[in-house]
Amino acid sequence: MRVNFTVNGRPQEADDVWEGESLLYVLRERLGLPGSKNACEQGECGSCTVRLDGVPVCSCLVAAGQVEGRDVVTVEGLAEHARQRSCGDAHGTALDEARGRQAQGTDSQTGEGTELAPIQQAFIDAGAVQCGFCTPGLLVAADEMLERNPDPTDADIREALSGNLCRCTGYEKIMDAVRLAAARQQEAV
Amino acid sequence: MPTNGAPTKITQGSRTKGGIGESTLRPDGTLKVTGEFAYSSDMWHEDMLWGQILRSTVAHAEIVSIDTSEALRTPGVYAVMTYDDLPTDVRNYGLEIQDTPVLAHGKVRHHGEPVAIVAADHPETARRAAAKIRVEYRELPVITDEASATAPDAILVHEDRTDHHIGHVPHPNIVHRQPIIRGDASEAAKRADVVVRGEYYFGMQDQAFLGPESGLAVPEEDGGVHLYIATQWLHSDLRQIAPVLGLPEEKVRMTLAGVGGAFGGREDLSMQIHACLLALRTGKPVKIVYNRFESFFGHVHRHPARLFYEHGATRDGKLTHVKCRIVLDGGAYASASPAVVGNASSLGIGPYKVDDVEIEAIALYTNNPPCGAMRGFGAVQACFAYEAQMDKVARELGMDPVEFRQLNAMEQGTLMPTGQPVDSPAPVAELLRRVKAMPLPPERQWESSEGADVRQLPGGLSNTTHGEGVVRGIGYAVGIKNVGFSEGFDDYSTAKVRMEVVGGEPVATVHTAMAEVGQGGVTVHAQIARTELGVAQVTIHPADTQVGSAGSTSASRQTYVTGGAVRNSCELVREKVLDIGRRKFGTYHPAWATAELLLEGGKVVTDGGEVLADLVDVLEDEAVEVEAEWRHRPTVPFDLRTGQGNGHVQYSFAAHRAVVEVDTELGLVKVIELACAQDVGKALNPLSVVGQIQGGTLQGMGIAVMEEIMVDPRTAKVRNPSFTDYLLPTILDTPIMPVDVLELADDHAPYGLRGVGEAPTLSSTPAVLAAIRAATGLELNRTPVRPEHLTGQA
Repeated sequence: MRVNFTVNGRPQEADDVWEGESLLYVLRERLGLPGSKNACEQGECGSCTVRLDGVPVCSCLVAAGQVEGRDVVTVEGLAEHARQRSCGDAHGTALDEARGRQAQGTDSQTGEGTELAPIQQAFIDAGAVQCGFCTPGLLVAADEMLERNPDPTDADIREALSGNLCRCTGYEKIMDAVRLAAARQQEAV
Repeated sequence: MPTNGAPTKITQGSRTKGGIGESTLRPDGTLKVTGEFAYSSDMWHEDMLWGQILRSTVAHAEIVSIDTSEALRTPGVYAVMTYDDLPTDVRNYGLEIQDTPVLAHGKVRHHGEPVAIVAADHPETARRAAAKIRVEYRELPVITDEASATAPDAILVHEDRTDHHIGHVPHPNIVHRQPIIRGDASEAAKRADVVVRGEYYFGMQDQAFLGPESGLAVPEEDGGVHLYIATQWLHSDLRQIAPVLGLPEEKVRMTLAGVGGAFGGREDLSMQIHACLLALRTGKPVKIVYNRFESFFGHVHRHPARLFYEHGATRDGKLTHVKCRIVLDGGAYASASPAVVGNASSLGIGPYKVDDVEIEAIALYTNNPPCGAMRGFGAVQACFAYEAQMDKVARELGMDPVEFRQLNAMEQGTLMPTGQPVDSPAPVAELLRRVKAMPLPPERQWESSEGADVRQLPGGLSNTTHGEGVVRGIGYAVGIKNVGFSEGFDDYSTAKVRMEVVGGEPVATVHTAMAEVGQGGVTVHAQIARTELGVAQVTIHPADTQVGSAGSTSASRQTYVTGGAVRNSCELVREKVLDIGRRKFGTYHPAWATAELLLEGGKVVTDGGEVLADLVDVLEDEAVEVEAEWRHRPTVPFDLRTGQGNGHVQYSFAAHRAVVEVDTELGLVKVIELACAQDVGKALNPLSVVGQIQGGTLQGMGIAVMEEIMVDPRTAKVRNPSFTDYLLPTILDTPIMPVDVLELADDHAPYGLRGVGEAPTLSSTPAVLAAIRAATGLELNRTPVRPEHLTGQA
């Protein structure tokens, strides 16, 4: 079958999709967007979390056909998604803010100049990334929570991220990263 | 140009930013947060096929027949292979003992053993074709424990063993046995005022790395193959893969793809050979990605263990002796079992001073899932038991459990049960003091102005209590772990370092085969290069087999050993650079000949801080490159009868305090806090060090209260191969984890550092168990603890 949907603001068309394929498979193997991860493919780990019409979902549990005509945001589009959100706010200084958080020279060999969402930069800065396999799903989930709840308590953060497994960090640095992103977001307003 | 691990002077470039001791950020961080970092399961190639493995549905059986005809007829299928299709006589592999068939040969020995492989143009086509392969099994009785393994009429899991352990094991279903005898434990027992005995059980834990086993094998024009793979040790894989393919090692090129965690579970091969076989058979690139169900069958687990302990002490609180027997279930294939036995036995009494010791550890061959390496590697199981014993002895003596431990704590100079002196700081008593001194979380921490926040209570959002029946308990534990490969293993690493001017700036490139599995080795290598070479820009070359072996990313060893190799190669590069400088500028300043020279901030400076030259002018268009091996101090094997010998490279220590709250009516546990104090010698990257400690601590908590692979004792089949049924700690289950890092230098190690990754996984589990015992008054001799164990329903 053919599936037409929007991914990170761009219309996409996937052909020859077998009916049993998940949205995750189509993103990873047909559209060249492997950022959403395949840790369990049974809806338990959250590593494949994407926004489907704004709602965070496990893309491994969404049949590809279900996304026909709908809007998907993946980790690859998170920076742009965050930029548009902050551009929409009345202060209008968000672009500079975002540029101010660009990775510095020593941060990365290959990522210099990459524009990052505040939550992405906070994950790097707080040491919340180790193997990084859980990171894309956590970023999408955490970004969505901060959109709804810009000033979360620790218990709020834990509740919002309880569908995302991480095996490396013990979650403490992830907590730090979300607190940091929330604080920076507050400062920017 | 091999050199060894003799201590050398630390020449830290204090004026070069981003050197050791700073919390520099991961070089792969941006790629990982944008989704661009290419993990092994993200590999893609034009025209690639998908591989699928057919696994045994029974644990122990003879294979009567395999019929692949229907699978081969399936449209979209390019190849189906069984044992009979293997290209050479080398049809087994294994880390130490090559006892593991690439594909089952006439017999399967555990549930989920690979029997056949399929390549097709879509993963679902491959799965369906594999399901059409008809395998007829004639089932055999299953061997599942020590009694069934060593019964007089026991079937041998491996009939014709020729490995180097068969000569000293009491039964062919025992992989390896290591006794350790020092002093006379039976004689010393006569001095004991109290003697405490206990029997313990440690459940089977899964590494549960999130990135599934996966990779892409690309056939090459010269008849070889290029494998992009997630592993812990490229060169170990290579040594096992090439002979099975019938290729010389240089025709099997290996590049490390992104690794989504490892924790020991990627020491053994998984899909490597299968992908290469299918790629060479079809002439097309073949990708294999396990799903989570298959991953539970596709890698070894942590050995479950039965542990029997006897501790004696005098009335004034001094340990008289320890006797113990540790029975590890190695499952169907050897994997790392012999080395796990070495660790469990040599570290079997913990970080305590005891002169009279009698230890025996064995690993069994059974039809249970194969077990091998997992973070903590044999030391974890022992620590759970000896720390439970320490609490019991303290209680018998009426002593405080921390004071009792401190009274018996080892120190620098203490002899291990193996007779090996601990010749660097061993701050066991101090770590306990520090962890005990941390402020406790407030009582009734769940109370807020709006009443009880159920999220902070046992049972959480299930809303099972608002504090009724909830009892707090506090427990302590401390552990000892070895760092590096032990028992005489040639545990070297190799680093290639290059320095040149690029774009008007001096740049260093570090090339090793070290597997970055998330631990941050790449971050540390860049820091070392900055410190040693005084450059701001360091490029980390992708890890591959075009450079010498880095050894395994295991045993807390990479910062020590490959870090040591990087430092060593940097020093050799620095000498060459200084030689060039002396040649060019030596006549202009006497300090070139007389002073100690360093590279700092892109310049050659004297140890007094005087600038002699810019690196750009010294190097001009010349590139300086060195590839060198580096070794730490050698070790020796443990004596097979007495266990004596300087078998370990270095020891590391961590202590935990656990605070738990238990709903005693429902048996639900909430771990509130897990505080850790650890000596790391020198924190090369403090942010990463704390991350390692917290990650290890939580894995220890997992096996304390939730994680266990359940194997049916009647069938030896795995009952919970999914994240639905194998419970991993979520962020809601996770306590706060304050960390106190102590830095007492080990003079034998690069920069004084001590391997960090594993020690916190040891003491976390027994601390949580001790806290639950304190809250409930129950004995609790097994881990993990589940509600039924706390409510008397088990």
